[in-house]
Amino acid sequence: MSIKIEQLSHIYGEGNAFERKALDNISLEIPDGQFIGIIGHTGSGKSTLIQHLNGLLRGTSGKIYYNKEDIYQEGYNMKNLRSKVGLVFQYPEYQLFEIDVFTDVCFGPKNLGLSKEEIEERAREALTLVGLGEEFYKKSPFELSGGEKRRVAIAGILAMHPEVVVLDEPTAGLDPKGRDEILDQIASLHEKQKITVILVSHSMEDVAKYVERLIVMSKGRILFDDTPREVFRHYKELEKVGLAAPQVTYAVRGLEEQGFDIETDVTTVMEARDAILEAMKKPVRRKA
Amino acid sequence: MIRDITIGQYYPVDSPIHRLDPRVKLLGTLLFIISLFLFRSFLVYVVAAVFLAGVIRASKVPFRFMVKGLKAVFLLLMITVVFNLFLTPGTTLIQIWRLRITVEGVRQAVFMAIRLSFLIVGSSVMTLTTTPNHLTDGLEKGLGFLNKVHVPVHDVAMMMSIALRFIPILLEETDKIMKAQQARGADFDSGNLIQKAKSMVPLLVPLFISAFRRANDLAMAMEARGYRGGEGRTKMKPLVYKKQDKAAYLILLIYLAAMIVVGRTAPF
Amino acid sequence: MGIIEAAKLVFEYKKYNEEGQVEDTVRAVDGVDLDVKKGDFIAILGHNGSGKSTLAKHINAILLPTEGTLYVDGKDTKDPENLWTVRETAGMVFQNPDNQIIGSVVDEDVGFGPENMGVPTEEIWQRVEESLRSVGMWEYRNSSPNKLSGGQKQRVAIAGVMAMHPKCIVLDEPTAMLDPNGRKEVIRAVRALNQVEEITIILITHYMEEVIYADKVIVMDEGKVVMQGTPREIFSQVDTLKHYRLDVPQVTLLAYELKKAGLHLPDGILSIKELVDCLCQLKSNS
Repeated sequence: MSIKIEQLSHIYGEGNAFERKALDNISLEIPDGQFIGIIGHTGSGKSTLIQHLNGLLRGTSGKIYYNKEDIYQEGYNMKNLRSKVGLVFQYPEYQLFEIDVFTDVCFGPKNLGLSKEEIEERAREALTLVGLGEEFYKKSPFELSGGEKRRVAIAGILAMHPEVVVLDEPTAGLDPKGRDEILDQIASLHEKQKITVILVSHSMEDVAKYVERLIVMSKGRILFDDTPREVFRHYKELEKVGLAAPQVTYAVRGLEEQGFDIETDVTTVMEARDAILEAMKKPVRRKA
Repeated sequence: MIRDITIGQYYPVDSPIHRLDPRVKLLGTLLFIISLFLFRSFLVYVVAAVFLAGVIRASKVPFRFMVKGLKAVFLLLMITVVFNLFLTPGTTLIQIWRLRITVEGVRQAVFMAIRLSFLIVGSSVMTLTTTPNHLTDGLEKGLGFLNKVHVPVHDVAMMMSIALRFIPILLEETDKIMKAQQARGADFDSGNLIQKAKSMVPLLVPLFISAFRRANDLAMAMEARGYRGGEGRTKMKPLVYKKQDKAAYLILLIYLAAMIVVGRTAPF
Repeated sequence: MGIIEAAKLVFEYKKYNEEGQVEDTVRAVDGVDLDVKKGDFIAILGHNGSGKSTLAKHINAILLPTEGTLYVDGKDTKDPENLWTVRETAGMVFQNPDNQIIGSVVDEDVGFGPENMGVPTEEIWQRVEESLRSVGMWEYRNSSPNKLSGGQKQRVAIAGVMAMHPKCIVLDEPTAMLDPNGRKEVIRAVRALNQVEEITIILITHYMEEVIYADKVIVMDEGKVVMQGTPREIFSQVDTLKHYRLDVPQVTLLAYELKKAGLHLPDGILSIKELVDCLCQLKSNS
């Protein structure tokens, strides 16, 4: 279920004093089943971009195709699109409103007009996917911990059976363990359910560990679109737009500068460890 | 749409109007509004228009921005115009079926349209050029005499200024929650009135919870910064009438005098 | 005597059921002893719900101890007479930047604290200028807070506390809602206050990279202090930290993994430079 974006631009407040080009001629293809990271600092346009994917925002110009169908064509079923491209907003726990966890997760499928059995079946399945057992079903969403609330919110989207899940900063405000738990869960979703996952994040360390493709945005444009390994090779250019490569990338680069004969294309702690162990065995290169 | 409401927003530039004492602006706005309803004559509105245009010019706020406030109340304005147009008795101008437009009706409708737009633009000038804090300072000091009859003027003023500060934040939040629920398939637009009201629940519940959470946080932050009511408090920007304020009062007086003279003598 | 001294501090709150009866008593802070010296930079780590925020709110007398005592600059926070002195001595910055800015213009917000204290008008202006300059936000004095970035808003909030001339500032997860650049801005501002103005800092966070500059790190779990020491001492115990749902900076983790794999590296390496230097030394020795 591919998404294709053609020359998409979005201008906020067109024609008034606060006019701002949030997206500038973006073209992008998202094939089936990829795990994609989108990174960029605040105001780079990443949040704006993802709201176009399910039609919540409409581009000022350009086209978006979902499954080869133009989503801006007359009579296109936006509601259906929104169930296919599930969007989990930042701090999604603030959208919870129902009396208990189970009913809240049912909200999405209910809007799809499914039968009661089907709705409940899906809610149960979605809650299991995010690791919340039956003991949570009757709890009020407001008595849960931050991480649990967030999982309820994610389940609320999964229950709509999306083909693509977009998550905007799913780890914001969580403690380190909570961060790892959510990300692991998302990774396993991608693995087991074979759905496309788009992860918007600030943390290079997080995306490096999980995604297979990394899109870097700056000032409404796509700066890089490649594997994390390739993108982090351009760490100097990343710094220029206020981003940075993971710490381990700098560590191995630092060693290389000191004359180590070392593999510098590393993005995770384990890769860095292996590269360093390997380099320790080799003789030191003469410094130029 | 919600973002078009300019009342309560501050437009940060430096201008003679911005620098005026808020009490001048409050009283000025009040008198301006009263002056609009005193007379029914076109020439009077010309005087008002000139005055308003002068003030807007001096405020350095782009005209477009002022008029934006009108957009939000456009419907209200139209309804008033239509009512006046069709429901004023008098000499018939045009009759279509049972709808009758009278000469008086046209006159009345135009008056109402002018009055309302001037009223809204006039009050926007005040809110756009005065920070909410300054505005409430003005109210607090201007109404200070009420303290003697045990009206908690300071507390009310503080509440108002906080409410105003949170309006843009809550609007943004509304937008965000709305989108988040739409992403879950919520539909805020279609259906009959009851269905529409019901569809607001997923929006309103999170919004209220968030507002309470913010209120709680804010109360704590205020306490942490030593807030304990108005007693013993000093002012960073105390209100003292300056030369320009006296000049402004004078201009206001001249305007009122002109209005009265024109209103009394104008032939139409 | 230290600026903050807690002895056997306990805080309990009651959970009520729907009928309004006490259902449960929760001990959020459980027998904490604390001794913070003037001018120290203390970092408190702990997962969500570990009691670190509850502890922080005691220092500003927003919460009062159920048992035990807490002295702020020699004043017992339990004594109602000390309430306002304590709040002026120990300022507090909270997590959500939007929910702690009271003024509609930056300078008015910074003036809010001194106004409450009854500082004369002229001096308020002086204090506002000093504080805004010290966090690098003077150019924004006439801006609306709504137009600022998260990091800028937090710096305004810090300036608002600074203007009260506190001896100590408690920051309760000031960076949790910010992006990496905003986080850096805030931490830089906080460090400057500590080093230049010699203000005692208590920083609560769960970003490990932010605590490496602290003089002392305190780890909390279930209301108790479970670890205490310099950042190096704390971060050399990777497994214990993980047990408390925490983490170490990535480079520390890398050093730890290398050590496990047999390299002779010291414990608790905190920076990239340190790691590179150590590895270079190892290499030239071999």
